[in-house]
Amino acid sequence: MREKEKSIDKASQELLEIAEKEGIDTAWDRYEAMVPQCGFGELGLCCRNCLLGPCRIDPFEQGPQKGVCGATAEIIAARNLIRMIAAGASAHSDHGRDVAHTLLSAAQGKTKGYGVKDEEKLVSIANELGIKTNGRDKKEIAMEVAEKVFSEFGQQHGELQFSHRAPRKRQALWRKLGIMPRGIDREIVEVMHRTSIGVDNNCESLITHGMRTALGDGWGGSMIATELSDVLFGTPRPIRARVNLGVLKEDEVNLVVHGHEPTLSDVIVTASQDPQLIELARKNGAKGINLAGICCTANEILMRHGIPIAGNFLQQELAIATGAVDLMLVDVQCIMPALSSVAKCFHTKLVSTSPKAKFPGAEHVEFKEEEALSIAKKIVGMAVENFKNRVKEKVNIPDEKMDLVAGFTAESVFRFLGGKYRATYRPLNDAIINGRLRGAAGIVGCNNPKIEQDWGHVEMAKELIKNDVLVVVTGCSAIANAKAGLLKPEAAFQYAGKGLQEICEAVGVPPVLHVGSCVDNSRILITLCNVVAEGGLGDDISDLPVAGAAPEWMSEKAVAIAFYFVASGVFTVLGNPFPILGSREVTDLLTRRLEEVVGANFAFESDPIKAARLMIDHIDGKREALKLRPVMYEKEEVMVK
Amino acid sequence: MEKIFCDIRKCLGCKSCEIACAVEHSESKNMFKSIREEKKSRQRVVVRSTTKEPFPLRCHHCEEALCVQACMSGAMYKDERGVTRHDPEKCVGCWMCIMVCPFGAISRQENLALKCDLCPDREDSFACVEACPTQALFAGSWEEFKEKLGQEKR
Repeated sequence: MREKEKSIDKASQELLEIAEKEGIDTAWDRYEAMVPQCGFGELGLCCRNCLLGPCRIDPFEQGPQKGVCGATAEIIAARNLIRMIAAGASAHSDHGRDVAHTLLSAAQGKTKGYGVKDEEKLVSIANELGIKTNGRDKKEIAMEVAEKVFSEFGQQHGELQFSHRAPRKRQALWRKLGIMPRGIDREIVEVMHRTSIGVDNNCESLITHGMRTALGDGWGGSMIATELSDVLFGTPRPIRARVNLGVLKEDEVNLVVHGHEPTLSDVIVTASQDPQLIELARKNGAKGINLAGICCTANEILMRHGIPIAGNFLQQELAIATGAVDLMLVDVQCIMPALSSVAKCFHTKLVSTSPKAKFPGAEHVEFKEEEALSIAKKIVGMAVENFKNRVKEKVNIPDEKMDLVAGFTAESVFRFLGGKYRATYRPLNDAIINGRLRGAAGIVGCNNPKIEQDWGHVEMAKELIKNDVLVVVTGCSAIANAKAGLLKPEAAFQYAGKGLQEICEAVGVPPVLHVGSCVDNSRILITLCNVVAEGGLGDDISDLPVAGAAPEWMSEKAVAIAFYFVASGVFTVLGNPFPILGSREVTDLLTRRLEEVVGANFAFESDPIKAARLMIDHIDGKREALKLRPVMYEKEEVMVK
Repeated sequence: MEKIFCDIRKCLGCKSCEIACAVEHSESKNMFKSIREEKKSRQRVVVRSTTKEPFPLRCHHCEEALCVQACMSGAMYKDERGVTRHDPEKCVGCWMCIMVCPFGAISRQENLALKCDLCPDREDSFACVEACPTQALFAGSWEEFKEKLGQEKR
């Protein structure tokens, strides 16, 4: 194996050196200090769910094999895992709830900062939800849509509306297995109930309910977040932009937004273009106001406004270490509490905005939808005022930046394949059927210092596109692949197999498509449904020659995502295993037996190339089962410049 | 003499030994109280890993103890049972012991050397051995440890 570095990203490497010289602690240092990490935790054998414990099961079978209550390794591992699903589903769903709330406030006229930007989408969602649209004002429709969506969170029985987008066969399977989600919040609450002392003590039924909860995220909370964000902020269209720490500017005010929700950041985009504030910036000696993003807040405003991305999860501290960030605004999720101590080493102002997320050492400017624009202007103003405090000697902006194209959605890209006037998925299905494309794969998820930053994402994507697998990416994986240049249309000629190259050339898209933030994984679900509906590739998602992966995952949200993909029928490979290996039975269930239940299972493989091979083998297997002809350019040498 | 051995195949790196050691050497000898004590108790065993496998690192009470030979003030000495002992009254903090220890098992607390003292306040057990949840740590003679390893060979 190759020697391990901290990151494959040159900008990260450069700043890590600076951080080391300056004695700034980063996630990599803290990880090193944390190693060896607790084996019980890693194996999923530690239970803290009640005060009979904490209990730990000895995996060497010398010490205790049962917790004080009698829980075995199987029970403990399964309970811990589905609690992770509950937490992940909560994060996505609460994000969705906030977007629904913003739509409602906008429709009620309580806030001026927001309005319906995509009326067409609003109407189509309203029709889907059975809301009358004919001759009605868009505000009225929006109000009813928001109310209806709200009710799905607290719904006690019935089925989630968007789950009816899944292929019929899949819906029938969910009903048969009893995993059709009833209400978004209800399933999460039930996880907490089932996993408390002395309730559900069967690892199969625990995992089954975990799947139901995850489906409530994918086809509920996350999908609501995506769909209503499109209504409020506009459905993304392909857009050019730049990525990596080199997008920060030496002579402009740098405001970095970090976190996950688009509600505030979208208004920040407007505020940063305010002529008065730009004038103020000039007075302070800056040439303008430069907005950049980190994590999924970045992806949201990249997709819709082409705002540059400064970096992904592991670069949040490094961005501040450039010494050039005048203000970092954070909302919710994946924000390291360590940021404030890095910020203390520089002039950077750290501003928290969500009433749900406060940070020691950060200034709190609470975000309220009603006063969105004035709050956004206030924060941009704080950044501008702080520009003069920047210490020139401490500024180290790396040169690294890369062009990219983002903004693909289930509505846009795949229909481009059919041309503007003949919008259809037919050409995509045909390309797979005739073997020009082997299949498609999604690479999603986080960064994790356990794996060289971006290495897992980029190597996996390269291996897949080399083998004519069209790749879609979201979240920090999208940012990693963008930095590596795989989101440029030209990348097809350098890295893609001949079949995929032909497609990319004909349509003018990159071989790796950025489909959005981590809640936008729901776009991948919708795409899969559309492909099934188009016909010729089976009648369920589990028939499709597709696979998913999260090579550098770390967040509980990734566990929820992985579970809703598998429960929807997509084979999914994870870089690091779930913390369940201490239980043979749970491991066997997830990596093998689940296939018989939902038509898909998990695999754990930390080497991204080997993981990509697993995905390709799976795709080939599905092609064979569909009796598709062999891949068109199987034997030909791949052209690598 | 009775020593502490470790079957590193069983070490999970949970650091339970570290916690137990720190508690044992605290004022109160109670975990919840000890973490609030003004002078923080320090563990004399640390879990480290060179590759991926973790192992507890602490004084081996070597028969030919380099730290004893190198100590100029006589703070580091061998007692009648062969235990390597450290007398804080005599220690001048020259760190020669740290320099010569082939294991890196000696650390420092303020200006004094700090190492495993085989739990002098206990009669017949060691805090770390007791705390080890996988029984990777073992108290006894080298012969007894070898015998145990032989029995458990899989």
